Amino acid sequence: MSAVWVVVGIFVLLVLGGVILFNRLVSLRNRVDNGWSQIDVQLRRRYDLIPNLVQTVKGYAAHERELFENVTEARAHAIDAASVGDQAQAENQVTAGLRRLMAVAEAYPELRASENFLALQEELTGTESKIAYARQFYNDQVMRLNTLIGSVPSNLIARAFGFTPREFFDIEDPIRGPVGVDMS
Amino acid sequence: MYEQISANRWKSIGLIVGAFVLLAAVGYAIGVLTDFGPAGVVIGLAIAAVMSIGSYLYGDRVVLASARAKEVTPNEEPRLHNIVEGLAIAAGIPKPKVYVVPEQAPNAFATGRDPDHSHVAVTRGLLDTMNRVELEGVVAHELSHILDRDILLGTIVATLVGAVVLMSEFFMRSWWWGGIGGRRGNDRSGGPATAIIFVLGFLLLILAPLFGQLIRLAVSRQREYLADAQGAMLTRYPPGLVSALKKIGASSQAMRSANNATAHLWLQQPSRIEGERVSSMERLFNTHPPIADRVRRLEEM
Repeated sequence: MSAVWVVVGIFVLLVLGGVILFNRLVSLRNRVDNGWSQIDVQLRRRYDLIPNLVQTVKGYAAHERELFENVTEARAHAIDAASVGDQAQAENQVTAGLRRLMAVAEAYPELRASENFLALQEELTGTESKIAYARQFYNDQVMRLNTLIGSVPSNLIARAFGFTPREFFDIEDPIRGPVGVDMS
Repeated sequence: MYEQISANRWKSIGLIVGAFVLLAAVGYAIGVLTDFGPAGVVIGLAIAAVMSIGSYLYGDRVVLASARAKEVTPNEEPRLHNIVEGLAIAAGIPKPKVYVVPEQAPNAFATGRDPDHSHVAVTRGLLDTMNRVELEGVVAHELSHILDRDILLGTIVATLVGAVVLMSEFFMRSWWWGGIGGRRGNDRSGGPATAIIFVLGFLLLILAPLFGQLIRLAVSRQREYLADAQGAMLTRYPPGLVSALKKIGASSQAMRSANNATAHLWLQQPSRIEGERVSSMERLFNTHPPIADRVRRLEEM
């Protein structure tokens, strides 16, 4: 009789443990989704900034037509990107284009001094650092989720309920990248 | 970090209980001193209840008002707003409200209840003297206090202890200037018992401010190191905060609204006296580790 109770007890404990692991997986998956939507919000903000920036720089350096086209094209690509990996690649193109755009702007003191440009520059720096922070948060959560999915015994629960590892968002760091952005 | 959160919760509860006991005792002492009788205890408890609820719900507003902090819009302070929003994303918390304190001394503090009700305030001087990376370091330190729930404990301490200190000072003075002469005539009936209670009450009145200081000392120090380290984790760039701390350490600006009740909330202990880091009176109640130690620990990371 008592052996039955022991078996029942072990079974209950196993179920409880499974429920706890399942809940942790769900909450981590939600955090990853939430992290991704944060990245998305910031990327969108940057897309919105690009036409403005291009217009402003165009007013002073109309001959850099190729550069403007490159940036605009990279932006269109990035908006269409589907998977996390594609998105990261497209965003690197955008970042590179924007960097060159800002480098061109450096050559025009009047442009640099204009209030409109200064405001756009702050908006861009702010948005890029937010992209970097959103990526940091997202990647942290992805790492925690993937670790949980990969380790014993939570991998059993993960497999049973179809939790799959997520992809890291690997973009170049727009803020602490190689080109010296004026941080002041 | 989770230990820190639960430790903070227990300390907050302990502090409120302590405030009840202290206020009941003070109320009793005052009741006896003023021929008011045991009703003093009831009044003391009632005041403790009002103060506890008040400091939980409105403590952040009291603290912000006492620093004369003004909320700013993203249009007024785009750089500060961008930094706070970015770091809030990194920390995974909602964006706190952003305030500027009209003081020239570079400093900052955070207050509120939990990450959903939180406020970050920086001084005008901080905005003027820090570059972006340094400002990020400072804001990240403050957001760490929000993450660890240091803000609730700090705010309760500021309002409860502030109120106890204020009240005991008030009673001390009113007793000193008014009560002592007026009551001496009709206070003969009690005999030795009254005298003992009189002494006890007097001791309590003297000790209350000291209690306040002790509690505040227990609250601060270690958590500053922790918030420094966590802030560096958020920005992934310790030199930002290091450079900000050095600039703050080198500054000799006085802060007009500095007081002992809110000193522990600030990034660095504010001083009322120009040119001196902290006056000797304020040094008695040091709430922060020396800047050199904080810099050294960050540089070792």
